[in-house]
Amino acid sequence: MTAHLPILIVVVPLIAALLAPLVCRVSVRVTRLLTVLAPAVSLAASVAALRAALRDGPWHYQLGGWAPPWGIEYVVDPLGGSMATLVSLLATLVAVYAGDYLRRSSPLRAAVFDSLFLLLTAGLLGITLTGDLFNLYVFLEISSLAAYALLAAGGEQAVVAAFRYLLVGTIAATFYLLGLGYLYALTGTLNMGDLAQRLTEVPAGSAMNVGIVLIVVGLAIKMAVFPLHGWMPDAYTYAPPPVTMFIAAVMSKVSAYALVRVLFFVVPPTDAVHTILDVLGWVAAAGVLAGSVLALAQTDLRRMLAYSSVGQIGYVVLGLSIGNAAALTGALLHVAGHAVSKACLFGVVGGMPRTTVQAEMAGFAGAARRAPLAMAAFTVAALSLIGLPPTAGFFSKWYLLQGALEAGRWSLAVVLLLSSLLSAVYFFRVIERIYFAGDAAPTGEPIVSGPDRSLRLLAPILTLGAAVLLIGLLNGRLVAGVIRLALPE
Amino acid sequence: MSALGWGQLQYALSATLLLIGLYGMLVRTNLARKLMAMNVMQVAVIVFFVSLAVRTGGIAPIELERHDPAVADTEVAYANPLPHALMLTAIVVSVSTTGVALALLVRIHRRYGTLDESELLERLRE
Repeated sequence: MTAHLPILIVVVPLIAALLAPLVCRVSVRVTRLLTVLAPAVSLAASVAALRAALRDGPWHYQLGGWAPPWGIEYVVDPLGGSMATLVSLLATLVAVYAGDYLRRSSPLRAAVFDSLFLLLTAGLLGITLTGDLFNLYVFLEISSLAAYALLAAGGEQAVVAAFRYLLVGTIAATFYLLGLGYLYALTGTLNMGDLAQRLTEVPAGSAMNVGIVLIVVGLAIKMAVFPLHGWMPDAYTYAPPPVTMFIAAVMSKVSAYALVRVLFFVVPPTDAVHTILDVLGWVAAAGVLAGSVLALAQTDLRRMLAYSSVGQIGYVVLGLSIGNAAALTGALLHVAGHAVSKACLFGVVGGMPRTTVQAEMAGFAGAARRAPLAMAAFTVAALSLIGLPPTAGFFSKWYLLQGALEAGRWSLAVVLLLSSLLSAVYFFRVIERIYFAGDAAPTGEPIVSGPDRSLRLLAPILTLGAAVLLIGLLNGRLVAGVIRLALPE
Repeated sequence: MSALGWGQLQYALSATLLLIGLYGMLVRTNLARKLMAMNVMQVAVIVFFVSLAVRTGGIAPIELERHDPAVADTEVAYANPLPHALMLTAIVVSVSTTGVALALLVRIHRRYGTLDESELLERLRE
């Protein structure tokens, strides 16, 4: 059993996804249990595989016993393993959280939702572990298709948003596939390790550069990097709350991981790649500022959080662009920190009663009196996105800043500080309402409402809030024990 | 780098299809037409990959054992089957995407009675 851990991480949610609609005929409770347990098993397997990889070096698993480059291999290295851990942790928490959203759905509808959610999880986990570029494409599409369908479950406006996301997502996937075709034509292999070696033997030329650019643009659309973010705010706003919570937290991060994998582990560091990274850096800097300014302009809280994500993913890209050890450490720490913070924030917003004018900011007035625990978690997560100690966001920005200064990129350091200031403005506006504004609750609403009314909502939210603090407090151990080993040499 | 000859015509076809598809997705206002343009764009990639595998006079690799022994192994051209296998997967992905997209379009049409983007935007704003 333990010899097959890497594949179990992906296959368990995949099989559970197929079982879910069948099991719902017996009992909805069993379906729900299955949906929570499958990612939990993946989480345990990811942690075990990651520990093995940290102890003994990267774990190469050959699917069906076919050696690469003929067969597909799965690789658990510190980078992929920690991404798989992050994805399966969030999937487990969101699976619990979704129980509240599904409580009024019919059994079949709930089971289909769970099935799609598990497919999405399996797809994302596959991306983090596969060692094959084409296999990555397939998992990218599995996760995207499941995401389109899940988004569309959010109601009439969500269907239009989902269709637009589908068109843009397919353009992204097509670019990625075409780029991978160029690299395949040059080398005759799709295995990442093999490709990395053979690309150094091929003379650098326009074919390789076109391939790399196509892959980068494709993944950048999936990450919603500014100015390719157009699909994202609508999608995050209209999707069902658990779906927004999950995709906002991990989907763009997994694409970011794929970008790191391609740029730092597969393609050789030619001049062209450095130019691409430079361009990405300027684009990301523009995105960090644009995302923060646009977030300021929103009155719908979900939209504000969506635009804040445009800015936050910019930090990750900035880290890649700077490219030294400190900046990459910051980028990877930010991936983890932002994933848990954003999931926490969207979790709280999604748990607010629908009567409070959807997620208009006014509905949050005095929310701390009705939902004190959830609002405390919300505040911690918001502080992390602003970048105040001792939360995760402070330390990731600290490493990024250190990286920018080491590289002599003063302008980027200024961008980092300026956007922190902007995010402080838009988050404190909300926090002020939550704690100090008069109660906006319509008369007759119970004293405890919002996410605090149900343990299924509250437990994941509080876990995420605690994780934000833990990643911050334990950042030294996390960086020394995992992230340093995950960096490219 | 030689100039593009007739042998590379299929790559020009692929690039043309890609641009037609992208153009259609950006410019058309009817969502169903956008979807068709998306399919054209996906076909472009399939043409590209299949073109990669073509060898003039190439045989299927499974036929290699039966080839004329007078010709040395290195001179036997065979068509690479891997791009075909990849494209079978890509076609499956494309069909699934189209399926999901059509299901979404049916729901949009039922609710709003139109697939025209500008009309939809007006309805959404109401």
